[in-house]
This record gives sequence, structure tokens and C-alpha cells, in this order.
Amino acid sequence: MQSYGLRLRRKRWQLRAFRKRRELTPVVDRTDQIRPGDILAFTTLRNEHVRLPYFLKYYREMGVQHFIVVDNGSDDGGREYLAEQSDVSIWTTEASYKGARFGVDWLNWLQRRHAHNHWSLVVDVDEFFVYPFCDTRPIRALTDWLDSTGIRSFAAMLLDMYPKGPFDQQPYRAGQDPLEIASWFDSGNYTISKNDWMGNLWIQGGPRARTFFADNPKGAPALNKIPLVKWNRDYVYESSTHALLPRGLNRVYDETGGEKASGILLHAKFLDTFRKKSEEEMTRKQHYANSHEYKAYSQGLSNSPDLWCKWSEKFINWRQLEILGLMSKGNWA
Amino acid sequence: MTVGIVMLVHEALDRAEQVARHWAGHGCPVVIHVDKRVKRGPYAGFVRALADLDNVIFSSRHRCEWGTWSLVQASQSASTLMLASFPQVRHVYLASGSCLPLRPVPELIRYLDERPMTNFIESVTTQDVPWTVGGLDSERFTLRFPFSWKRHRWLFDRYVKLQRRLGVKRKIPDGIVPHMGSQWWCLTRQTLSAILEDPDRPIYDRYFSRVWIPDESYYQTLVRLYSNNIESRSLTLSKFDFQGKPHIFYDDHLQLLRRSDCFVARKIWPRAERLYRSFLTEGGQIMTGAEPNPGKIDRIFAKAVERRTRGRPGLYMQSRFPHEGWENGKTCAPYSVFEGFAELFDGFEGWLARVGGARVHGHLFAPDKAHFAGNQSVYAGALSDSAKLRDYNPKAFLTNLIWNTRGEQQCFQFGPRDRQDISWFMATDPNAQISVVTGAWAVPLYRSNRNFSDIRKEAAQLQKIESAHLDILRSGWSKARIRIWSMADFVEAPMEPLQALVDDLGIRQKPRLTEAPKLVDLSGFGQFLQNLRNQGMHPHLMGDFPVNNDPVRETDPPRPRPYVVR
Repeated sequence: MQSYGLRLRRKRWQLRAFRKRRELTPVVDRTDQIRPGDILAFTTLRNEHVRLPYFLKYYREMGVQHFIVVDNGSDDGGREYLAEQSDVSIWTTEASYKGARFGVDWLNWLQRRHAHNHWSLVVDVDEFFVYPFCDTRPIRALTDWLDSTGIRSFAAMLLDMYPKGPFDQQPYRAGQDPLEIASWFDSGNYTISKNDWMGNLWIQGGPRARTFFADNPKGAPALNKIPLVKWNRDYVYESSTHALLPRGLNRVYDETGGEKASGILLHAKFLDTFRKKSEEEMTRKQHYANSHEYKAYSQGLSNSPDLWCKWSEKFINWRQLEILGLMSKGNWA
Repeated sequence: MTVGIVMLVHEALDRAEQVARHWAGHGCPVVIHVDKRVKRGPYAGFVRALADLDNVIFSSRHRCEWGTWSLVQASQSASTLMLASFPQVRHVYLASGSCLPLRPVPELIRYLDERPMTNFIESVTTQDVPWTVGGLDSERFTLRFPFSWKRHRWLFDRYVKLQRRLGVKRKIPDGIVPHMGSQWWCLTRQTLSAILEDPDRPIYDRYFSRVWIPDESYYQTLVRLYSNNIESRSLTLSKFDFQGKPHIFYDDHLQLLRRSDCFVARKIWPRAERLYRSFLTEGGQIMTGAEPNPGKIDRIFAKAVERRTRGRPGLYMQSRFPHEGWENGKTCAPYSVFEGFAELFDGFEGWLARVGGARVHGHLFAPDKAHFAGNQSVYAGALSDSAKLRDYNPKAFLTNLIWNTRGEQQCFQFGPRDRQDISWFMATDPNAQISVVTGAWAVPLYRSNRNFSDIRKEAAQLQKIESAHLDILRSGWSKARIRIWSMADFVEAPMEPLQALVDDLGIRQKPRLTEAPKLVDLSGFGQFLQNLRNQGMHPHLMGDFPVNNDPVRETDPPRPRPYVVR
């Protein structure tokens, strides 16, 4: 019965994505360049021009072969910049981000169209994917290994990165590695519970829970993500990249004591660009739970804008994250 | 005399070509079997690319599927062709397209020349094999396997079950004893030709064609019929993970592979450019003359398998979230919980930190906030002292704290005034050392300046909470190391239990206690308890305190108050 309900739900999201396709207008469609086996990146964005050069560079060097972007009404020149890139296909829309379930419907549609049988990475422009051996092996090594062991989805928890001192102390320049500024993180204050319905884990914690949600822990943002999936046209993301359907894809963790391989999404959100962004989002009210997060942030920002504490860890590399127990090599060696 | 390479290829043809060229260039004839599933176009290209070498030839093609007889057929026809076409070959080496020679080819030839009659093939009886997948070891040889394990797993499993139930057993041909081992071997012409030209071969072939994974047992079994000179090990370094899939080597394994002194390694990632470049060019190779020594690689892969199957004890994370009971360690290290001590001794925490060498926190589960050592608002791992965050998931709070402070023992205070949700978790955690002085919660009440009716009410409540907590500690499920004293017993002779507690903290040199904590003034405490009784409450957790005299004075009358424990 339950699985039938989930099946209906999946069909519903597919139908919804199909309807929402009409909101998307292609700016440049280079998807005919995609060859079988290419690794694709999908992203939705709005006014992120300054972050784009480094974002593209990071994932190109990792081995992503094509970027598929939904631009939600940018007016800072980012859309034009992306249109010039030879490995980017871009769609634009003025429709409501919230109405498209925070962009999920748009990307579900584009993934259904273009990602079938490809490894597909869904990331925001402020998220930087880290996986075991990422300093010596390209992402293709990971996906080949996942293919050979029959694994279809790969978890990468969101790890909030922050600078030492107020966010706007060090201005971010285009092309710069944002982790040079936001290089600190919380290493061990995450809480996990299991969602029996969807089969995914619900992870909360980190600096945002510690500072903005200390009075309302339940409202703290979810950090569990499954961004890398060997896509099939029948799959859908349920809500953001936190969960997928069919729910077998959410079983990215071991329940008998072992560790499956997993990665991290370094979340370099807290730069000097953040204040402007949160002011904008407060008026647009287009974000999750009525911009509840941004509300908490803007209050938090005016009171204590520094997330750093003496127990913060400075990011070094993936091995550090592995030792701290935030990610795992699993049986990949 | 030389060695001939039989190569089974099904993917990454460009790499196979590179390796075949390498072998052939050093005078080793190569016979290649290409899986029939490779399409005609790529196959023709592959053959053309190697057309300039006259010591590389191609055998007739079979459609190969993992775990089936077709793989043996492929090696049979390629080996037959090898023996017929290249009379100078003395050893035949079976390799795959993703194998990579790690040492100079002349060194392999010399190594085999020094052992002209030796067959290198891993061959062990089924009883001694730990690596079988799917629980089938001896049954591989006695059941039938008409269905593909990869494509029709359901039918495969059902058919195995059915045969088990019916008790069906195939007859193993006379004279052979099933052996198994790595499918990558190196056999002498004598032995290999004896296997291939045996008049009974049709019988054996017929039998093995219905054995499961015959490529791991056909040669391994038959070689025992024809040769006594068997080195039961493979010259090919090939490691398997817990699901029976081969581990793959990447560029960052370069040094590891170099130092292994193995002749050939598999499986190499086809895009490991640096590995192919380093091992297939002359300059990168040094003659060492050493025996193969894969020990270090073995350890690394064994560790990887252990991480996948056992994981790190006490760790809860995105890809390790064990069911209750499957944690393999609910927390990652021992910790100590003290109940009633801070109430009974002034400055207990400071004293414990001085003598015990451990980190001593206050009441971590207090209702107002988590009282971390040094009254810090954030602690290791950026753990917040907020009561709401802690109570949102107390188990995660505790496991996080213990994980974040690996290498340093944690101690904290607990009592009936604290949030109790964590009780069951601690009681069932073998890493917890819980020491309780029951009834000590009454001491702060006794010393407080409050109306007696309030005190009585609170005393009743606290006693109820502590009773429930003690029931948990004493239940059959508790696995913690638990010590419980009633307060009356404890204050009578506190030194001995204190010494035991400090010894338990796990510091190396166990100090004799020289400094003792200061016991609070308990004169009149007996009367206080009597007053509670007079008000209709029954304080029983403290043990038997005499009403007028306190017990310590009775045993040791000249000691002045307040009592200092010696």
C-alpha cells in the first residue's frame, strides 16, 4: 500500500515537472553536444554572476562535461555570461521559484529530458562537491566505481562553511576560491533521524542550527543530500536534493554497522554577498518555509554576525573530513 | 624459452592494445580472445591496430558471461592456439585486458626460466576458501546452475533452494578433487597441454560446464591430476572486496604498486594514465629481482573491506546509521557518569579533574543548559550548550561529545534533577561507567533555606525519578559498568570506592589517592530525613541514617567536622 502511494507521488511529481516545462525558455541549448556517458551538472540560480567563474572552473576540473542551468530571472549579467560558455545549456524563467517547488520541478523536467543513463550531479553555485580521493581521481573514477559495484546514488552531506569574523569583512572577487574566505566548519554537532516513509536520513545541525535555530531546533535546515545519481527518466527528486523517488535511491547509508562511501558538499554560502542576498529574499519570499531561514539569518546577522568559535575546524582536504567522520571512503580504496 | 600471454579482453580495447604491444615488443607471443559481445566495428579496429605485430594473434570468439563456462572455453581455445602456434613458449600466462605488468618483462622471463617446471596457480580445496560469494562453496560442484546469476538472480536462487530441498547431488567425475582459486594462472606447456589433450577431457568439460564459476575451479582442479610441481599462488596481484568485485587501481596507487614487486596487477582503471605510462615505458622500470610482496596492498584493501562491513565504532553519520543493536559500539570510547558525588563533596569536579587526568564536566543534561567543563558555551566539535538543541536529540548529543573528544576520557555529573531521556542509552552502553550514590540529591535540599513543604514535595519527586533511573540501571538489558551505593553506606567508608573510581578512569599510572575531596557537613542530616518521614514521605534511597547521630562519627568519634576523607 505504502509503495503504491509513493508510486503515485512519483507520477505526480513527473506530471508536475511536465506542466512546469512550459515556464522554461531556452537561451542556449547545446544539449546535442552531450555524448553517451558524459557526466552532467544541473543547477538553478538567480543573480550569482560573481560566483560563476569559479563554480564552472571547479566542476570542469573535476570532470563534469556539460552544465544544464535554469536561470530564474537574473539581471546581473550572469545569464549572458553562461550563454557564452561552450559547455553550458541554459534555460530562463521569470516564474515563481516557490511555485516550482524551489526549482525542483524545473530540474526534474530537464533531467528527465537530458540525464537519462548519465551520472547527474545537482548542485547550487555555492556548493562544492568533495568525494574520497577527489584530489587524485576525477569524478569519472568515482562514477565508474559506483557503476561497477551497482550503486545508483551517492550521498554528500551539506557542510556549512563560514569565515572567521563577520561575513562582510573579506570581499569575494569573481574567480576566487570562496573557501579561501569561508574556510571554517563545525565538525561534530550534527543530529540524524531516519525518515521511515521516504527511507532517507534527516540530518540537521552545524553553525546555522547552533546560532540561528538554538530555540527552534526542529526548524533548522536539512543537511542531508543525494546530489549524484545515475539518472533514469523514471526518477524524480522529492524535495530539493534531500530525497528521491523511488525511495530505494535514498538508501545511501548502511544499517548494520558498516560505512558506505559518501562525500561532502562544501556550502560556501556565507560570504559578503550573503547580506544582500538575504535582504532580497526577505522581500521576494521565494524560499523554503516562507523565507523562515532568511528571517532567522537577518535577525542573527544584526545581532551576532560571526559563526566562528574556538572549536571551529579549518578545512584542509577530504582526508580531514574522513577522519572527522563527516564522510567515508567505504570500501573504495 | 619464453612466456606466452593469453589475454581475455572485453572492454577498454585501447588499453588492451597498449599492453599486448608491450608484451609482444619484449618477445612474448600474445593470443587474444575478444568477447563476442564486442561489436564488429571496434573488434575490426582492434585487430587492425595490432596487425603490424606477427606474434600477436586472435583466437575464435565466445560470448562471455561472468561466472559461466564460456570464460573457460575462451581460455581453452586461446591456450590451444598458443601452444600450437608458438613452439618456443614454455609457460603460458593467463591475463585479462585490464591487467598491467608491473615489472620488466625480461625479469618475468628470467623468474620463470629459473623455475621451468613450476605451475603458478592458486589451488585450494573448498573447505579452505573464505572468499566465496553467495554462500556457495562445495555446492558449486554438486548443484546445477542453468540460470544466470547476474541476469536471473531470482531463478538462480530459487533453483538452488529447490535442489537443496530435494537433496539433488551431481556426481563428481572419478579421480578429481574439486579445488578453487584465482582464475589468473601461469602454467607450463607440459601441464597445460596435458589438461587440454586429456582423452577424458569431454567428461571433465561436460561436468565443469555446469559448475558455478568454473573459471575459478576448472584449471585449479585439473592441474592437480598432472603436476606435482604447483606453487599455489597467483603471479597476478588481484584483490577482491566483500562482494567479490575486484578492487581497482588508480594513479595514486603508483608507489604502492611499485613497491609490491608483483609481476602483474589487475584490475587497472582504464583511464589511469599515469599507471600505464609509468609501467609500460622502459625508463620507469627497474630490475629488482625481488619476490612478489603484496603485503602492504593486502592491508590497505583489508582495511577498506573492514570499513565497509564493520565501520568505525560509535560513529553516526550520513552513510553509517546502524539499527539499534548493530552499532558495534554505541559510543566510540569509555566515559564515566557520576551521580550524587557532586552533591556529597564540595568541589568534586575540580578534585576529579586533578587526580583523574580526565575531562570533567558538570551536569551535561541539566534543564537550563549543558554544563561543559570550564563553563564553556560551545565545546569540542562546536557542540552547543543550548538545552533545546541538546534535548532535541540527547543521544546524538552524547555520541557526538564522545566522538569529538576521542583520546580523552570524559566524565560528567548526572542526577534526578537532569533530563532523564538519556538514561536507557547510557545504561545499555558498555562504554559507560556509571557510579551512583543513591539519595544524595537530598543533600542540597537539606542545605537549602526553603519552606519545608516545598522541600518535601521536591524530595518526593526526585526520589521517584531516581528510583525509575535505578530500575533502568538494574534491568536485565543494562550493559554499562554500574556501581551503586546507598548514601549511608558510602559516607561510612568513602575512600575505598573513590579509589576504585579513579582507578577506573584508565590513566596509566594509577595514583594512590593523596588528596581527598571535602565531604559536606552532614550533621543533622539524619534528623532532616526523619522530618521528611514525619511529613508522610518515605525517603528510602539514602539507606539507614540514624536519626540523631550521623554514622561517620560513630565509627570515628574524634574526627572534627567538616569531615575530610583520608
